[in-house]
Amino acid sequence: MKRTLPLVIVFCSGILLIIQHFIPSEESEFLYTYALDWIITVGVYAIMLGIWSLIRVTVNKARRDPGERFYAITTLAGFSFMVLTGWRAESLHAGSIFMTAFNYILIPIQATIFSLLAFYVASASYRAFRARSALATVLLLTAFIVMLRLIPLGPISKANNWLVGWILMVPNLAASRAIILGVGLGMIATSMKIILGIERKYLGGD
Amino acid sequence: MKLNRKLLWMLCICLLMAFPVNFEANAQEESASDAVDTTGIPPAPPVNVQAMDKPNDNGHGIVITWEPSPDEDRAEDGVIGYSLYRSDEKDGDYTEVRTIAAGMYSIDYEGEVYKYEDQDDREKIGSNPNPDFLEKGKTYYYKIQTTTATGLTSEFSEPVSAAPRGDWFHTGKTSYFIAIIIYFALVLTYIRQAKKGVHLYIRPIGGIEAIDNAIGRATEMGRPILFVLGTGSAADIATIAGYTILARVAKKTAEYQIPVLVPVNEPVVMSVAQETVRAAYAEAGRPDLYDEKNIPYVTAMQFPYVAAVNGIMMREKTATNFYMGLFHAESLLLAETGATTGAIQIAGTDQPAQLPFFIAATDFTLIGEELYAASAYLSKEPLLLGPLKAQDYAKALIIFFVIIGTITLSLGWDFVANIFETSI
Repeated sequence: MKRTLPLVIVFCSGILLIIQHFIPSEESEFLYTYALDWIITVGVYAIMLGIWSLIRVTVNKARRDPGERFYAITTLAGFSFMVLTGWRAESLHAGSIFMTAFNYILIPIQATIFSLLAFYVASASYRAFRARSALATVLLLTAFIVMLRLIPLGPISKANNWLVGWILMVPNLAASRAIILGVGLGMIATSMKIILGIERKYLGGD
Repeated sequence: MKLNRKLLWMLCICLLMAFPVNFEANAQEESASDAVDTTGIPPAPPVNVQAMDKPNDNGHGIVITWEPSPDEDRAEDGVIGYSLYRSDEKDGDYTEVRTIAAGMYSIDYEGEVYKYEDQDDREKIGSNPNPDFLEKGKTYYYKIQTTTATGLTSEFSEPVSAAPRGDWFHTGKTSYFIAIIIYFALVLTYIRQAKKGVHLYIRPIGGIEAIDNAIGRATEMGRPILFVLGTGSAADIATIAGYTILARVAKKTAEYQIPVLVPVNEPVVMSVAQETVRAAYAEAGRPDLYDEKNIPYVTAMQFPYVAAVNGIMMREKTATNFYMGLFHAESLLLAETGATTGAIQIAGTDQPAQLPFFIAATDFTLIGEELYAASAYLSKEPLLLGPLKAQDYAKALIIFFVIIGTITLSLGWDFVANIFETSI
């Protein structure tokens, strides 16, 4: 029963939502909205589990590992601070302590991590663009031509712009569309396996 | 030689796509309006005004179409727009719905036709009644007036009526529906064949074959394995595909007695991942090794999540990193940090924009559909291999129709393209 009931629910909801996609009536729209509301409701309850997991793991870390204690306490202090300053509706107004902490501490920290991407792109490109084989050499040359578009090259610029446009709009787009088609088919096949109960690992085993 | 032939084929296909030939001759007709002084003369109303229920909707829409006023192109004091009026009684008070600028028509097989969709299914806006709400089944009347640049208006067109009604099948999705039925039939056929014990050949995928070796490497080094499920929600198919791979990986790690760390960024994903790993450990006969704290919730925010996962990589010195699921801008930040720690890395995502980053920074990448196929490859269960085979045949069908469609459209025949026409 513990395994059968979820499978029956998955089967019924899956088939209903597939049929719903082809029915534009109000009743069908209601069913779709209802299903989305359920996902949101489950998500809200799961936040409690997430918070409990965060606190438990961090407290455990602070207790067992002296080297990690400072960071664990900082995490708990930051969490408590944001909860205490942000629980009221007015906390979202500009100038509140919560919004000040969000705008002037959290966002700059996030921007810092995001900016690392520039360096990582450079180091990953260095490895990827080594001419180790014939195909890797084609990749290197293509990347070189595409990068040249950003540099003014006088009379060559016009021809290069056309070539880069062709590379991006024809072979690149064709490959991208092929991947998207494969992904679409894969998604449908996976959904079918889940709806029919063939794939059930996500339920916790066979 | 083999490679050269491949490149030659790719070049031919690219050239075919770059220069589609249109053999249809483009005939252009030039029209000129008669130079008659029409200043001060009111314009004529639009002609052939029609109202009909909006097809494929939820029952709150009416489509009004009309052809341009004969005076639209006159030289002096030309028409600048058409005002559409609505009433719920034929001879009642009409209220203006919208003014459509002259020239904003669509050109279809019947010539220049203006089209306006009067649609609103919100009965109230806040606590006030919504004047644009169209009640299902109720008849509405429409008439149109032409306006010129100097503000002259025409007579109203004759009122036309229609009643909105809901539809029980979206005819614009018929081809889509048939394609899904065919695909479902293919999947069910191959599942049945697999059940009968028919051997189904599947091509080898390097990334999936490397999974066992990667786990073995971590075992030899005595270091943990990191499994990242991405930043998608639990309802994303890519995340679900990630769970199925996690289950196989967790079972192996339980057998080899090495920990698998799964930091997650969504509470529902955490619950499902914990349950998946718990079941995998039980299946391997080592439920005692399962530790819920190895699958913690970190944060829902993208870059703080990256910082936390990168911290785990650096501190724990993970031997193998798996990235399986839905990824966004964090893909390269994670994979490049993993590369600097010397971990063997296997990634899989269905996001085309993130694939180049994974290909550049990881050892093996499952491209798009390979992520969904991984579960079947790893388990080799016939029931899971059936849909995989159906997927290959569906791809062959798509390639066939793409080639036929390209050729027929290049020759000016659009019947193949029309088969696949859809409207949302």
